[in-house]
Amino acid sequence: MRPSVFIRLFVNGEEHALAVPAQRTLLEALRYDLGLTGSKQGCDKGDCGACTVLAHERGGKGRGEAILSCITLAQDAQDLEITTIEGLAGPQGLDPVQRAFADCGALQCGFCQPGMMLSARALLDKNPRPTLPQIQEALSGNLCRCTGYTKIYEAVQVAAGLREPARRAPVPSERAAPSDSKAQVVKEIVP
Amino acid sequence: MSIGARFPKSDGVAKADGSGIYADDISLPRMLYAKILRSPHAHARIRGIDLGAALAHPGVVATLVGAELPAKYGVIPWTQDETALAVEKVRHVGDAVACVAAVDERTADEALALIQVDYEVLPAVLSPEDALEHPEIKVNEKAKIGNITKHVHLQFGEVDEAVASAAAVARETYRYAGSTHVPIEPHCAVARIDADGNLTVWSSTQIPHYVHRELSRVLGLPQSKVRVIQPLLGGAFGGKSDPFALEFCVAKLAMKTGRPVKILYTREEVFYAHRGRHPMKMDVTLALDADGRISAVDNKILIDGGAYASFGLVTAYYAGQLLTGPYRFGTYRFDSYRMYTNKPPCGPKRGHGSVQPRFAFEVALDEAAEKLGIDPMEVRRRNFIGEFVETVNGQKITSNGFLKCLELVEKASAWKERHGKLGRGRGLGVAGSMYISGTAYPVYPNEMPQSGVLVKLDRSGRVAIFSGASDIGQGVNTLLCQIAAEELHCDPYDVTVVAADTDLTPVDLGAYSSRVTFMVGLAAREACQKLAAKLRAAGGSTFAEACQKAEAAEGAPLAAAGGYRTQKLGGDYRGGTIGASPAYSFTAHVAEVSVDEETGIWKVERIWAAHDCGKALNPTLVEGQIEGSVYMGAAEAQMEEMVYNDKGLLFGPSLLDYRIPTSLDTPDLDSYIVESNDPGGPYGAKEAGEGPLHPAIPAIANAIHDACGIRIRELPFYPQRILKLLRERGRRGEERVAS
Repeated sequence: MRPSVFIRLFVNGEEHALAVPAQRTLLEALRYDLGLTGSKQGCDKGDCGACTVLAHERGGKGRGEAILSCITLAQDAQDLEITTIEGLAGPQGLDPVQRAFADCGALQCGFCQPGMMLSARALLDKNPRPTLPQIQEALSGNLCRCTGYTKIYEAVQVAAGLREPARRAPVPSERAAPSDSKAQVVKEIVP
Repeated sequence: MSIGARFPKSDGVAKADGSGIYADDISLPRMLYAKILRSPHAHARIRGIDLGAALAHPGVVATLVGAELPAKYGVIPWTQDETALAVEKVRHVGDAVACVAAVDERTADEALALIQVDYEVLPAVLSPEDALEHPEIKVNEKAKIGNITKHVHLQFGEVDEAVASAAAVARETYRYAGSTHVPIEPHCAVARIDADGNLTVWSSTQIPHYVHRELSRVLGLPQSKVRVIQPLLGGAFGGKSDPFALEFCVAKLAMKTGRPVKILYTREEVFYAHRGRHPMKMDVTLALDADGRISAVDNKILIDGGAYASFGLVTAYYAGQLLTGPYRFGTYRFDSYRMYTNKPPCGPKRGHGSVQPRFAFEVALDEAAEKLGIDPMEVRRRNFIGEFVETVNGQKITSNGFLKCLELVEKASAWKERHGKLGRGRGLGVAGSMYISGTAYPVYPNEMPQSGVLVKLDRSGRVAIFSGASDIGQGVNTLLCQIAAEELHCDPYDVTVVAADTDLTPVDLGAYSSRVTFMVGLAAREACQKLAAKLRAAGGSTFAEACQKAEAAEGAPLAAAGGYRTQKLGGDYRGGTIGASPAYSFTAHVAEVSVDEETGIWKVERIWAAHDCGKALNPTLVEGQIEGSVYMGAAEAQMEEMVYNDKGLLFGPSLLDYRIPTSLDTPDLDSYIVESNDPGGPYGAKEAGEGPLHPAIPAIANAIHDACGIRIRELPFYPQRILKLLRERGRRGEERVAS
């Protein structure tokens, strides 16, 4: 067996004692040892932000800063209180950030979103009424490939109570004649 | 009514609270972890593989080499040219060579380092030009002639005569760089085999049905013994629409060891697995008559395919076949070569095959219109092909809301007041496009439905829908809930969707070619309507009561099936069915850019995108598809490129080196939905997932021209390329300079 280290992790309000290989990352410990698979591995190099969790020194207030669990060693996280996506919802149900992401269509594939939502939570904890540039800045370490970020900004603003979800109505198009009479008209195709 | 409502995604809560299960979240008792050894050479013969030291490494349980899985596979039946692991030869840096299963990932990684491979390095071809010039260096034996995966030459009308008599001709070369999908979830697969020999593979795939077929063939197991399940999928964009080495490896290793096996690709491996945008060189001739009507389009296309065919046969057709709307072409010719090269294979990335020629065409259209002094918006309006018409290459266009799309983006961008009037360094550009709502014919010829949906009603009032379709984030499972609610008048939150499980769900061909909403939507509507008729006949004051009465009347549980059946479509010539679709979507974009003429650094300030999706079954989801598409298109224009060195080594296969836009790099996106209500689509719907990507790139190029008078004809539009053109403009003192 590989040399193990004994560590304690404080995650989502619970303390865990673990024996892990010395090089275990916090992301691996969360996913493999604690079964908290909500934190995602997108690159394992600190580039994509899917592994983002919130952390602060033990005994501190609130939920702390967004950190990258894939480039944090588990044994270096022992003095931290960690919040993962599984710990974001409270007894009242989903956090407003989670609810807004689900309602605004900010979730498509959902893979980057645990990290994205935690970064958004960290922003709103510090700054409850962020401007759009502040939101863009705060989320710039979390890559999303589905949404073009537009609905993510909207969800953060909705979660902060700064706006309502977008509701632009679709526009009907009138039947349009071909611009050229030479174009051949074919009969309608109905399955 | 449920259709047209902004219904939140049915899996939204599971994705929001972290409980949703993706492939890598699956962990099974006694599961082994496997790793794949990859080639350091672009082209080499394998003389031998020594696995001895790897097998002896403590913790290693099994190994696998190509000879154990020699059957070739591929989604397109005519170009099956891949093996799970290299047999005899490696064809690109990163090609899969051998596989090790061990008790954990790190042990498997250590064992890979102990495998000795004896390579005889062969000369490699790294560009399509080289591939044409050196037919004696055979990249892939599947090519009948030299290194050609596919050559397509099609002509419609007297192109040369039309060019000769044109009032204005643009004749230019355009180059489109290769880019890749970058789903944030890397590919992952898990396999388990039970004592009766039933194999289950969970995979992050967007084509469970084809994976099912190919696993069965390659492993030599009956299809009835193979089950493929797609868990939640963390993004795909075409990057998960081939079977990949990992699915065969986990399955074979599970069969060899009797234990569950998982492979999770590293981010680097995702870059080698690739199947992204094909680099294309396009020599375009575009002719306008004196009225600004398109009298001829001629395109010679050279396509860099990489080491395997993937969907390349289709790419060679799509590069030409999907260009013939939303404008009427007087005549048309294209000639495309898709070449094998010693690089990771290209394939279908969002907007498969047609994004590159669309860029070239829409810029050339501006260039030709400029010669006649016609406004870019006007030339597009003037050439509008109309509705319920046949294109020059015999595709049947039904509904077409392109004019409305143009009108919306023209107004939103204040085009009339601002185009050509923003001063140096700032400009507007417009572009249009069309795309298919699914490809008319199944990939492997057969008479069975392309999509199937089963709906079951419980006496409790719970509805269960069994659908083979892959929800890859686009929201098809949500759509199924909405269709059930629309037809059955049940609560959309009382619907359970069982999806993408080949044992439990009817076949759907997969989430590709923007076919899902159209085909799965029609299948689901058909099934639900059959049940709705029974519920209406039974009566009842609540939905549950109606279910009970109907079940009593039926004397059996209530269930119904619906299908999408292939329609006969397409032109009457060889290849005329490729590009044929039951309906086409249309898009128009206006892009606004700013360019710093001192440095060449430029920025997309905003993109207004209007998309005709027929009918928005869920406007929030459609907007999400538009915005995601526009983002991805703008990203290709701005920064994305697969760069290789002269040994075929990919530069920086990581998310730090292969740059994709962050929130700070993404322009403001403004999406508009246009509804043309297609008579053939479910509730009038057409596609929304891929079409809206196309115009972003040419709209940006055209906006750069408006900003500073240069024509950029090569992607990505790196600042240094812009600066070079600006300097040439400065030297020549001319207004019109181009790459």
